[in-house]
Amino acid sequence: MVEKLAHLWPEIVLFVATCIVMVLGLSPKREVRRLCSPVCGLALVVAMMLAINLPGIGATPLPTLMPFAKAVIAGVGLLILLLLAGTVDREDEDAIAAGSRVFDPLRANRAEFYAFFLFSLTGAMLCASADDLIWLFLALELTSLPTYVMVVMSTRGTRSQEAGVKYFFLGAMGAAIFLYGFALLYGGTGSTNLRAIATALATQGATDGINPIALTGLVLSIIGVSFKIAAVPMHFYTADVYQGASSPVSAMLAFVPKTAGFISILLLVSLAGWSYGVIDGRETFGEGFDLPAPIRTALWIVAALTMTVGNVLAVVQTSVKRILAYSSIAHSGYMLVGVIAGPPRTIGAGFTENGVAAVLFYLLAYGVMNVGAFAAIAALDKKDAQGRTVDADEIDDIRGLCRSRPVLGWTMVICALSLLGLPPLLGFFGKFGLFAVGIYSGELPLVIIMGLNSAIAAFYYLRLAALPLLEEPRGTPPLITPFTARIVAGVLSAAGSIGLVAMAGPLMGASVRAAKSWQAMPHRDLSELDEPAESPPPPVQEE
Amino acid sequence: MTSALLAILILVPIAGSIIVALRPAAQAKSVALLTTLLALIGAAVALVQFDWTRAEAYQGVGRIDWVPDLGLSLSVGVDSVALLLVALTALLGPICVAASFTAITHRVKTYYAWLLVLQGAMTGVFCARDLIVFYTCFEFTLIPMYILISLYGSTNRKKAATKFFLYTFTGSVLTLAGLIYLVWFNATQLPVGLFQGSGRWTFDMAALRDAGCRMSLSQQTWILAAMLAGFAVKIPLFPVHTWLPLAHTEAPTAGSVILAGVLLKLGTYGMYRFVLPYTPSAIVEYAPFLAFLCIMGIVYAGLICWVQDDIKKLVAYSSVSHLGFCILGLVALNGVGVSGSVLYMLNHGLSTGALFLLIGMMYERYHTRSMREIGGLAARMPIWATFMVFFAMASVGLPGLNGFVSEFMCLMGAFQASDALVEAGQPGATPGRLGPWYAAVAGTGMIIAAMYILIMVGKACFGPLREPHHHHHHDDPASLPADLSAREIGVLAPLAVLCLVLGLYPTPVLKALEAPVNDTVSWVHEQAPKARGATPTRVTWPSAPDADAEGR
Repeated sequence: MVEKLAHLWPEIVLFVATCIVMVLGLSPKREVRRLCSPVCGLALVVAMMLAINLPGIGATPLPTLMPFAKAVIAGVGLLILLLLAGTVDREDEDAIAAGSRVFDPLRANRAEFYAFFLFSLTGAMLCASADDLIWLFLALELTSLPTYVMVVMSTRGTRSQEAGVKYFFLGAMGAAIFLYGFALLYGGTGSTNLRAIATALATQGATDGINPIALTGLVLSIIGVSFKIAAVPMHFYTADVYQGASSPVSAMLAFVPKTAGFISILLLVSLAGWSYGVIDGRETFGEGFDLPAPIRTALWIVAALTMTVGNVLAVVQTSVKRILAYSSIAHSGYMLVGVIAGPPRTIGAGFTENGVAAVLFYLLAYGVMNVGAFAAIAALDKKDAQGRTVDADEIDDIRGLCRSRPVLGWTMVICALSLLGLPPLLGFFGKFGLFAVGIYSGELPLVIIMGLNSAIAAFYYLRLAALPLLEEPRGTPPLITPFTARIVAGVLSAAGSIGLVAMAGPLMGASVRAAKSWQAMPHRDLSELDEPAESPPPPVQEE
Repeated sequence: MTSALLAILILVPIAGSIIVALRPAAQAKSVALLTTLLALIGAAVALVQFDWTRAEAYQGVGRIDWVPDLGLSLSVGVDSVALLLVALTALLGPICVAASFTAITHRVKTYYAWLLVLQGAMTGVFCARDLIVFYTCFEFTLIPMYILISLYGSTNRKKAATKFFLYTFTGSVLTLAGLIYLVWFNATQLPVGLFQGSGRWTFDMAALRDAGCRMSLSQQTWILAAMLAGFAVKIPLFPVHTWLPLAHTEAPTAGSVILAGVLLKLGTYGMYRFVLPYTPSAIVEYAPFLAFLCIMGIVYAGLICWVQDDIKKLVAYSSVSHLGFCILGLVALNGVGVSGSVLYMLNHGLSTGALFLLIGMMYERYHTRSMREIGGLAARMPIWATFMVFFAMASVGLPGLNGFVSEFMCLMGAFQASDALVEAGQPGATPGRLGPWYAAVAGTGMIIAAMYILIMVGKACFGPLREPHHHHHHDDPASLPADLSAREIGVLAPLAVLCLVLGLYPTPVLKALEAPVNDTVSWVHEQAPKARGATPTRVTWPSAPDADAEGR
C-alpha cells in the first residue's frame, strides 16, 4: 500500500490543491477568489516535478509509463490552465467589480470549475498507475465526469448545456460499453488484476487460444474507451461538444480525456500483448507479429476509418472549433497506428521501432500544438449583437489575424502547420515516428492511408494557416481578450511547436524509456531483456 | 571548401529575411538585394574553392548530430552536380529580387522576406546530405511559394496556390513513407557488420545508397513508386503536371522564375540523387515506362503550347515539355543522357527563367498576356524583342545556344540506350531498353517546340503593332519607360551571357559533371542485375540481425 502511494504523489498534490481551491473559490473577497488559478498552477508545477522524479518501478504493470505520462499531463495541463483564465463567472465577476451585484456563493462556479479541472487531470494521471480493472474504470470516470460539468459551466449559453448533456449521455454509453467489456474480461480470466489477466491471457494463448469471452471483453473495452479518444464509431459527439463548449474547455477536451483514453487503450491492448498472433492461419505465441487477430483487425479498421472520417469531415467545416474537433478525431486515428505497431521486438530498439513510444511522443506533441490553435480563437474577444461575449469561432474571425493581431495570428499559423506535420515543426516529428513504427511493424497499407490522410488534412490546415497569414482583415480588428494568460498559453504553445524540436532527441528518449515496461509484460520472455525491468530508469526529461 | 561556406549559403538568406521582417518596408528591397548578392558571392567563392579534379567527391562535408538515437544529423556536402544547382539558385536570387522592384507594390516586406526564405530552403535541398534535412527543406519550399503565389499572383491566384500546395504535399508525404521504409530496411533488414550503418537507423544519404540496392526488385519498385509520387509531381511529369501551368500563370514574375528555374529542379535533382542510386534495378526495369511518360509530356504539352493565347501559359506548358526531355535523358541511364539531363536542369533554369522575366516585364507595361491583344512589340520595345528572340531560341534549342546542347545530349542518350544496338555492335551504344524509336518520337517534340515558339515570337514581337488601349493607365506610369530600363537589362544580361557561353563552350561544365555522373551510371548498371532474380528479402519477427546473415 505504501509502495503504491509512492507512485501517487502527483495525484495527491493535485487532490490537496483541489480541496484548497474549493474553499478559495467561495471566498467573498475577490482577491482570494482569484487565487484559484495560481494555486492550480502551483499544484501542477509541483505535480510535474514529482512526476518527473517518480521511481518508475513498482507493482503496477507499467511502472515506467508513469513518470512520462504524468509529467506530460501536468505540463500540458499547465498550458490549458493558462487558457482557462476567465472562462467561468466572467460576467458575474465584472458585475461584482462594478458594484452592481454582491457575491453570491450559490451562484459562483469558479471553485467547482477549477476543482473539476484538477480532478480530471488527476483521473488521467491515475489511469497511468492503474493495476486493476476497477481502478482503471474509476480513473477513466474521474477523468470524464468533471469534463461533462465543465462543458456546461463554460458558457452561459444554451449551446453549452446542450453540448454537456450530449456529452454526458454518450459518455455514459461509452462507459457502459467498456464496463461491460471489463465484466466479460473478468469472466474470461477470473481476475480484475491487470497482471493476473495478462498472465491468464498469455496462458490461454499458449494452450487453447484466448477465451472468446475474454476476447469479446477486450474488444468491447477498447471500443468503449475509444469514446475518450474520439475514435470512430464513438466520435459523433466531438464536433457538437467542442463547438458548444467554450474554446478553452474544448482545448482541454481534446487533450485530457484523449490522453487518459490512449493510456487505457495501451494498457488494455497490452493485456493480450503484441506477441501473440495468427500467422498463415496458424496461431503462434512469442514469434508472431502482433496482437490477437480480432483486436488487431478491429484496431486497424478503427484507425483507418478514424483518420479518414476526421479529415474528410474537417474539410467541409466553417467553424474553427469544428475543424479542430474533426482534426482531433483524425489525430487519434494516426496515433492508433502506433498502438497497432506496439512495443519493439528487439532489445535496445530505438524510438523508430517503438510504437508505444511513438504514441506517447505524439500525445505530447499534439497536446502542445493543439493548445495554440485553440488559444488563437480563445484570445479573441467577440461580442454578439447584445454586447455579450461570445466565442470567436467562425473561420472569418481569424481572417487577416497576422496583420490585425500578429501574435495570435502567428500562433495560429505555426500551430496549424505543426498539426499538419510540416517539417521542421514538432508535429512532423510526431508523425515521423508514427510513419516509422508503421513501416517497422509491416503495416504498409495503413502507412499509405495515413500519408493520404495527411494530404487531405492539408486542405483545412492550410486554410487555418492561410486565412490569418494571407487575407486582409475585414472591418474593425477583433478585440483581444483582457485575459493575457490565454495569449501566453498560445505563445507558449507556438514556441513549444518550434522549440521542442531542438529537444526532440531527449523527449524521444524519454518516451522510449516510458515504453520500456511493456517488454516486461508476462507474455514476454523476461530473459530477453538485457536489463531487469526493476532497474531505475534514467531521469525523464522535462517537457 | 568548408562546410561553413555551405552553411552560410543556406543561412544568409534566412538571416536576410529576418532583417527584412524587422526593418521598415522602405529598406526591404535593398536588404534583400544585398543579401542575395552576398549569397551569390558566397556561391562564387564555393565554385572557386571546389576541387574540380575530384568532382564526384562530396566536398564541404559537415555534420552535426541532432538526434543520434534516430541517426538524424544536420549534415551538408556538395558534389559538382549539387554545387552547380546551388550556384544556379544563388544566381537567380538577386535576379528575382531586382526583377520585382516595380512589380511588387503592396506588402513588400512579406514578399522579400519569403523570397529569401525560399532561397535558403532551396539551397538547403541541394546541400543536404541527410535525408531528413533534404526532406525538411524540400517540404519547406512549399510555404514560401504558396505565399508568393497566393498573395502576389494574378486573378486566379488562390486556386493556383492551393492546387500547387496540395499536389506537391500529397506526393511528398508518400515519398516520406518510401524514404522511411528505405531507412528501416537499412536498419533492420541487413546483417550487421557487412558495411557501416546497418543495424542502426541512419538517414545518411551515402549509407542508404548501399541499402537500396540490396532490396528485392519488388521492394525497389515500391520505393520507386513512392519517390515518383513526390518527385514526378514536382518535375512535373505527365500526367501529374496539371498544377504547373496554373501555378506559373498566376504566380508573380519572380515566383515563376524561381518555380521554373529551381523548384522544378528539386524534382529532377531528387530523381538523380535518390531514384537512380537507391533503386537501380527498379529504374532499369521501369525506364521505358518513365520514358513513355516523358515522351507523352513532350508531345502532349508541346501540342498544348501550340494553341495557347496566353504567353505565360505557353511558356509554362513548354516547361512540362522541356522537363520531359530532361527526365528522358536521365532514364537513358548512360553517361551522355544523364550528363545532358543535369545540364538541362541548369539550361532550363536560365532560359525559361529569362522568358518568364521577359513576360513579366511586358505584363507590367500592358497588363495582359494574351497574344490577341498585343503584337509587333518589336516596334515599341526593340530591346525587349531582341532578348525575347534570343531566349526563345535558347529555349527551343537553336544550335549555338545552351538549350541545344542539353536537348541533343538527352536525345542521344535515349537513342544509344538500347540493348539491340549493343548486340549489333554499334559504337557508343549502352545497355538499356530505350532506343532510336524513343529518341525519334521525342525528337518530334523539338519540331513542335520550334513551331509554338516561333508562332509566339512572331505574334508578340513582329507584325503590325497591337497594344491594348488601356496600357498607359497602369499604376505607376512614370517608373517604367516604354522599352526596358537599365535595371531590367541588367537583370537579363547575365542570363543571356550564360546561355551563350553554355551553348558555345559547354565543355568545362560537362567535364565537371562527368565524374559524378559516370559514378552514378556505373553504380546503376553494376547494382541493377543483383536484385533481378534474387530472392526477396524475408521479413521475420523478431529477428536477431546476425542470426540469419546467410542468404543475402
